This record gives sequence, C-alpha cells and structure tokens, in this order.
Amino acid sequence: MIEQSSADVYPDTRVLRVRKLCKSYRMGETIVHALKNVDLDLNQGELLVLLGASGSGKSTLLNILGGLDVPTSGQVYYRDQELSHMNDRQLTDYRRLHVGFVFQFYNLISSLTARENVALVTDISSDPLSPEEALDLVGLSDRLDHFPSQLSGGEQQRVAIARAIAKRPHLLLCDEPTGALDVDTGKRVLAVLNEVNQVMGTTTAIITHNAAVGALGDVVLHMSSGEILKRICNPVRAPVASIVW
Amino acid sequence: MKALDLKLLRELWRLRMQMLSITLVVATGIMSVMTMRGTYDSLILAQQNYYAQTRFADLWVSLVRAPLAVATRLGKVAGVDVVDTRVSFLATLDLPGVDMPAQGRFVSLPSHDRPVLNDIVIRQGRYITPGLSSEVIINEKFAQARHLGPGDSVKVILNGLARSLDIVGIANSPEHSYAVAPGSLLPEDERYGVFWMNRESLGPAFDMEGAFNEAVFRLSPNANADAVLKVIDKILTPYGGLGSYLRKDQLSHQILDNELAEIRVMGTVIPAIFLGVAVFLLHLVLGRLIATQRDEIAALKAFGYRNREVGRHFLLFAMTAVIAGALIGAIGGIVLGTHLIKLYAQYFDIPDLQYHVAPYLLLLAVTVTLAGACTGAMAAVREAVNLPPAEAIRPPVPLSFKPGPLERLGLGSVLPASGRMILRNMERRPLQALLSAVGIALSVAILVTGMFMFDSINYMVDLQFRVIQREDISLVFKQDMPDSVHFDLAHLEGVTTVETYRQVPARLHKGHREETTAVIGQQAGARLRRIIDSDGREVPLPMQGMVISALLAKRLGVSPGELLKVEWLAGKKGFVDVRVSAIVKDFIGVAAYLDQQTLGRLTGEPVLVSGAYLSVAEASKEALYAHLKQIPGVAGVASPQSMLASFEREMTQSLLLASSFLLGFASVIAVGVIYNGARISLSERGHELASLRVMGFHRREVAVLLLGEQAIITALSIPLGCVMGYLLARSIAANIETDTFRIAFVTEAHTYLFAALVVVAAALASGLAVRRRLDHIDLIDVLKSRE
Repeated sequence: MIEQSSADVYPDTRVLRVRKLCKSYRMGETIVHALKNVDLDLNQGELLVLLGASGSGKSTLLNILGGLDVPTSGQVYYRDQELSHMNDRQLTDYRRLHVGFVFQFYNLISSLTARENVALVTDISSDPLSPEEALDLVGLSDRLDHFPSQLSGGEQQRVAIARAIAKRPHLLLCDEPTGALDVDTGKRVLAVLNEVNQVMGTTTAIITHNAAVGALGDVVLHMSSGEILKRICNPVRAPVASIVW
Repeated sequence: MKALDLKLLRELWRLRMQMLSITLVVATGIMSVMTMRGTYDSLILAQQNYYAQTRFADLWVSLVRAPLAVATRLGKVAGVDVVDTRVSFLATLDLPGVDMPAQGRFVSLPSHDRPVLNDIVIRQGRYITPGLSSEVIINEKFAQARHLGPGDSVKVILNGLARSLDIVGIANSPEHSYAVAPGSLLPEDERYGVFWMNRESLGPAFDMEGAFNEAVFRLSPNANADAVLKVIDKILTPYGGLGSYLRKDQLSHQILDNELAEIRVMGTVIPAIFLGVAVFLLHLVLGRLIATQRDEIAALKAFGYRNREVGRHFLLFAMTAVIAGALIGAIGGIVLGTHLIKLYAQYFDIPDLQYHVAPYLLLLAVTVTLAGACTGAMAAVREAVNLPPAEAIRPPVPLSFKPGPLERLGLGSVLPASGRMILRNMERRPLQALLSAVGIALSVAILVTGMFMFDSINYMVDLQFRVIQREDISLVFKQDMPDSVHFDLAHLEGVTTVETYRQVPARLHKGHREETTAVIGQQAGARLRRIIDSDGREVPLPMQGMVISALLAKRLGVSPGELLKVEWLAGKKGFVDVRVSAIVKDFIGVAAYLDQQTLGRLTGEPVLVSGAYLSVAEASKEALYAHLKQIPGVAGVASPQSMLASFEREMTQSLLLASSFLLGFASVIAVGVIYNGARISLSERGHELASLRVMGFHRREVAVLLLGEQAIITALSIPLGCVMGYLLARSIAANIETDTFRIAFVTEAHTYLFAALVVVAAALASGLAVRRRLDHIDLIDVLKSRE
C-alpha cells in the first residue's frame, strides 16, 4: 500500500499538503474565484474544522481534498501523491481507497437496509470493518435491518457515518454533517465523529457554518471569499457535551 | 411569452432526446397506420375503379364450341344483365433464347368496338385496327419480361400454323393480372403472356367463325348467382360446357382479394400494436417524467399557480410529443405509402394505382394517441398537484422499500448489495417493470409476426417444390388424351419416368352445401406426385375412396367415411356417390383426389389423361423442350425448378424490404422503452448513483446498477415477446384461409433469434447513450443538493 511504501520517504505525519491552491470557475459572464492561494497541512489523526459563511470556499476546498474536483492551479498532495494531476479513474481509486464522505443529506441508498448500505462500501474495500462493527461504533447495532425510510434523520446520518468509516479511510470528509439535524441529534452525530477520530485515529475534516463546533477541532480554519482568514490551533479539544449553539 | 411557457420550451430542449424517442414512437405508430391501412384503402379503391373501368365480369364459363345464337339464349337467363362471348385459346410461342416451351393465352377482341365486358386498359401503343389480322396487344408483364413493345413482332404457332404477329399495344386486364400458365402454380412472365387479337382473325384460326368458346356475364343486382350458374351449365351442356364459375373463383381476382385480405389483417394488427405501444410509452414516460418534477410543481403551487395552470403546463409536454409525432408520422406515412403502392403497382398491374389516404384515418390515429398521452400525463399531474406545496421545502423522505417476494424466497442472500438494489427497485414498482417488459416484448412480437410469414412461405415452397412436385417437367394437354399417350411419352429421349393424371371439373354436394373443384385422378403408386399433408406426411390414395382438401371438407361439413355426391361438369356429366376416405391438410389450392382407374369408372369414360409428370435426364432436357414445342397437343410445360427459381428471386426482394421495415419499426419501440426507462431511472436515482461515485464506485459499477434493471427487463421481455409473437403469428396464420392458399404456421428458430438480436442491439444502444450521460454526472451537486 502507498502508506507503507512511502513511510521511509515521507517520515513526516502530514496526510494532506495544499500549496497555492486556486480554483476559479465561470458562472455565466463572470469568473468566480472560489479559492485564492490556499495553503494547508493536515496531520495524521487531526480533526480539522472549516468554518465560514456560504460561498466562502470551504466546500470547494473539501471537494478538491476529496478528489471530487480539480484545482485551477496549485498543488494538493495526499501523502506523496499529487491529486491535482490525477485523471478521473485515479481520483475514483483515491476516493475508493482512502476517503470517507459524510454528506449533509445522508445520501443513503433507500432501497438498501442500514447494514446493506454499509456493505455497499465494504464490498469494494480491501480491509474493512464488518458492517455490524461499523454500525455498532455509531450506536446502531439494533437498527441493522432497517431501511432508511424507517430511520430518523439522526439515525440516517449515523448510518452514513458508519458507511464512511467502515472501509477504515485515512481521511474522513464531512460536509455540514449536522446541517439537516436538530441540536440534540446534531450533537449525537458530532460525538460519533469525534469518537471515530479519537478511537480509529482517522484524519477528519468537518465543514460547518456553526462556530461553536470549532471547539471540537485540533485545528480551526476560518474561511471567507476563498481565503483562509484565520487559523486557530486548540491545544485541548472541548468535549462534545460542552458545546452549545 | 409567459415564464411558464418559457420553462416548457427549456424543458423540452433539456429532455430533447427523451422527447425525440417518444415522438418517434408516436410517429411510427401513426406512420404504420397511414402506410399499411392507407395502402389497403388505396388498393381497394383502385380495385373498384379498375373493375368499373374495365366492366369486369361477375361470371365466367368455358366450353368447347357453341354457335353465336346460343349467346342470345344465355342473355335471357333470369338474373343475367349482360353477356359477352369470345374466343380464347392457348398457343405455343416461339421465343428466341427460351428453351422451355412458352405459351400464350390468345383472347379475342371485337374488331369494331371495345368488349362489352372484361375490357383491357391500354398502357402503351394503341387498340387493334379492324381488318388487320396480324395486329396483337400483349399484357404488360410479359412485355416487360421479354422487353417487347409496340413495333416488335412475335412468332407464334396458332393451331399448328406458324405466324408472325405485330405488337401494336401493351395492355392490362384485371382478368389476367395474375397470369399463370396451365399446369403452373406461379406466374412466370418470361414464358407466359396474354395476347389480345382481332376476333375476325383469331376465330378462323381456331375454326370458331360464328361461334365462341368462352362467355362472360354481368349479373343483375338481385340475381341469385347459384341459380344462374346452374341454368347456364344446363344450357351449355350440349356444347361441352366446362362449368361456370363466379368472380370469387376467378384466379386473378382471388389472388388480389387474398392479398388484400392479408394486407388488411397485417394492416390492422401491426398498427394497433404500434399505437398501443405509443400510448403506453407516453403514459409511462410522461407519468414518470412529471413525477420527477414534484418539487417544481410544489414550488409553482407555492407561488400561487392554480392546479389547472400547472396541469396545462405538463399536458403541453404530451401534446408536443403527439403533435410532432403525428406530423412526422403523417409525412412519413405518405412517403412510405406512396413507395409501397408503387411496389404493389408493379406486382398487381392495377392502372392508376395511387396512394390515397382518407383524412379520417389520420384523425383517428392522432386522436387515439393524444387521448392515451393525455390520460397518462393527467394521472401523474393529478398526483403531483395533490401534494401540498410544503413538499418543496421539507427535508427529503427516503422512498419506502421492503424486501420483495423474490428475496423472501431466499434470492436476497445470494445477491450482492448491488443486486439487491436492482431487485428491490423492480419489486417496488412491479407493474411498471412488467409494463416496460411488455412494451419491449411487443417489439419482439412485431418482428416475429412479420418474419414468420417468410418461414411459413419457405416451408410451404420447400414442401411444394421439393416434396410434392418431384417431377422435372409437368405437361398439360390441350384436351384429354387416351391412356396410350403414356407410352408415347415414355419413348421420348431422356424421359426416365412418366406418370399421368386426369383432371375433371366437378361440383361436390353434401346436403345443401356444394363446392366446385377439380377432381384429380392419380395413377396408383405414383412417386412423382403424391398427396402430402402440411406436416410433410404422405396420405395414401385408396383404390376406392376420395381424398379431399381440409378446407373443402370444412366447407362441405364432411368427415372421413361419409358420402359425397359428385356432379361431373365435363365429359359425360351426371352424378355419382363417392365415399370420403381421408382428408388432407394442404395449403395450396383445393382439390379432391381419386385413383385414376376409379375416376374413369365413375365418369363412365375410358381412362383418359389430362397431363403428365416426367422425370428427365438432365442432359436431355434441352432437346426434350425443343421437341415438346413441336407437339401441338401440349398446352403447357412447367418445371418446378424454374418456378422455384423465379419465386425465390421475388421472395428475397420482399424479405429484405419487409425485414428492414420491421427492423426499423421494432427498434424504434425497443429504444423508446429502454432508453426512456433508463433515462427516467437516471433522473430518479441520479442522486443515489452520484453518491456512489463519490464513495469511490467506478463508472462501470454505477452503470451496472442503473442499467442492470433495464437489462433484466429486456432479458425477461425477450421470451415473453417470443411467446406473444408466436401466438399472434398463429392467429394470423389461422385467419388467412382462402381457396388459393392457406398459411402453414411455421416459425423457425432464426426468426426468434433475429427478433431477440434486434432488441438486444436496441437495448445496448440505449444503454450506451444513457451510460454517456451517467459518466458526466456532476458529483459536487450531490453533496449540496437534496434529492
């Protein structure tokens, strides 16, 4: 695996390195600069929180980190691999092998049960958790055979998290994972993400527009107009229970 | 333009490929109605005009010779409106480059006026001039086949005398539109022609001055045709009358009528399927299309649009497809119909045959399609407008699923997650899956139904020319000959086997039912011609009883073991009782068979011979043909091989034409169903599939999930379509039952294979088109959008 073969060459713990990253796209007549010269390092096991208003560029950044989009200029490295030059097939493999996604709207397959939704990913992974283990991690061992339509929003999001972590990804990317949930359910979901990060050591990035969530992260980036305005490192991460919004 | 109309235009453009495929199905449906039904209507109209123009007779009779005075008596028979007499003979033609003897049917024309009945239509050149005995008019097909025209001359042997005749015109006649030489089953225009000549010159050539040997009649509107037949036969008995017959038994008319009946059956069944599929597709596609726009409908309602306005907006979708389809279909139908009519014109010789379509036909087809489209769209629109507007802003509710019956049976455990997705999607909407399968199955059925005709015809031709007609040459004599001719023929050079037969026209009676047919006396133990039923089995001819065609048995209501009263219409005439010993299921012509000796005994005549079947050594054929040309007693020479060759040439052409039509039509349907099914699945499940792509599924893996369902539906539809096609073809075969032929119901494996391959190809093409779209799905949208 890439991780092992590159261990000697890159003794550092950086999972992601982003240099002078720019992304612009045309929207009708105008050119939108979604990202402007962004630099970023994300270390093994860190939990990164990306804060910012809509249109600040945080989603664009996450999409590029997750191999869903390609930058206009600049470099993105996942360990020793440069994502910015990969073709579609290589990007698919990158996502398949290394990245777990959690979406705002869960994106579960409605025709599959919780267990089968997770199995969908474990079927194409080399060393996954079993679907049961993954669902147990998110506290859903008693909902294995429920279809999405039989689960609450919070439960659906936890299935989505189980699905994302079941392949033991090296990188877990969450785009507004609590955006569609109420406060209590949202906290429950954050607690799961926090636990996965700490127990499995999965490097995690969470996008949110909720500033209070920042206290959970090792690193908090404030973004605005495609630039990183502020970078805060929390020496101690706050427990989920203490967060109020 | 209102914003809503603008939306309609944009959506039509966005969904152009889907709309196009629906439009094409509608167009095909309407086109098939316009082409097939329109052709039928045009042919019927042209037939009526042709018959009216030529004053086509209602009744025919041939006889040996009667003085013209007898015609006056015939004209006075109750029910006879008009009678016309003529002289008609077969003569040998001396054509350069034709080995096999060629024949001409010589028919007299009045010198000073046109015939009262059975006139001809001059296609080229002119009518004959009174007093010029060498002038002749020939039929168009013979002229084309021999490259003859006005100004050319032909050598003929009239009653043993060689003469050279000058062609002055080319003509057609409904009486001879299907010109078949005696002893032949199929037209061979190269060596059989119709010659119209001045009665003043034809009469003396055959010793028919002041006499006639054919009479044709027009009946008065309320005439009792059967009674007229009997009176005429009675009057003509002393003059060698050969039995009168009605228009329905006239060969050319019969063939044309049969062909028309066939076109009517096909022209009803196939367009009905097309329209049905078009309506179904519109229903299905528009319904699902509208269902995918539920949010938009909710939003429109939230803005204050009324249900009616929203409904109208979506109905316009349906109308656009139907109206565009109707337009293309109407234009295409007229173009295709015009071409098809041209082909029929070549085949049938009907002058002024023009494509003509009744406006009601187009109106009917469009109305049916429009109604189907609107009901489909309405159902979906109603469902959508009934949703509360709040639907648009509510978080998405996942569709409800549960394991279906197949999974509960244990199939689920052996399937991977992706397999279960496909299965559950189908089980969630079983009716939709079933209807899609039926739609595709119909295109298989159309192909099978269209192509089975060729299987049947091939089978029948094979049976006829390779199993039944095993002779090299068949001969027909001008008049019955004594049995001793057998030995004369056997002594001809190269002849290895001779079998003779006798043919006597007869009317068969059973109770009040009666049928006119030919009774054929076959030589006992004949090997060259045997009685073979439709399964290829030989039906042995007993010494005593009679074997009759199944159609004849059905019409007479007679079963084996029962007695028939046979009335001889030639020779010594009179009635005899004969027991039916067996019924033969044959499909060309109708006949009754007796042992040759028995026939002689029953007619009270010595054993006579009407013709013979010969086996000939290959090397001696040419010499034999040359010799036969010189024998005046021989009226016709036919060879199964040459008939088969000319038939197969024509068959190949029509096979190619029909298969390309059907191929196009069926592909349109298959693509319409499969492409739309997959495209709608894509819009319904695009979100889900894109999520999978985000999770690292490769394009191919995602495509399998999307197209798997269509693949399964297609796979199910093929056997279903084969069964439907089989049943449809069988009912068509059963519906085509005429005196000249019945259809043997035969379907070959390659017909089903061809149908399946066409549908698989259409499915692959549709799948590829949708796959391309799937490949370009925007992954980033997925993260941000709700479903």
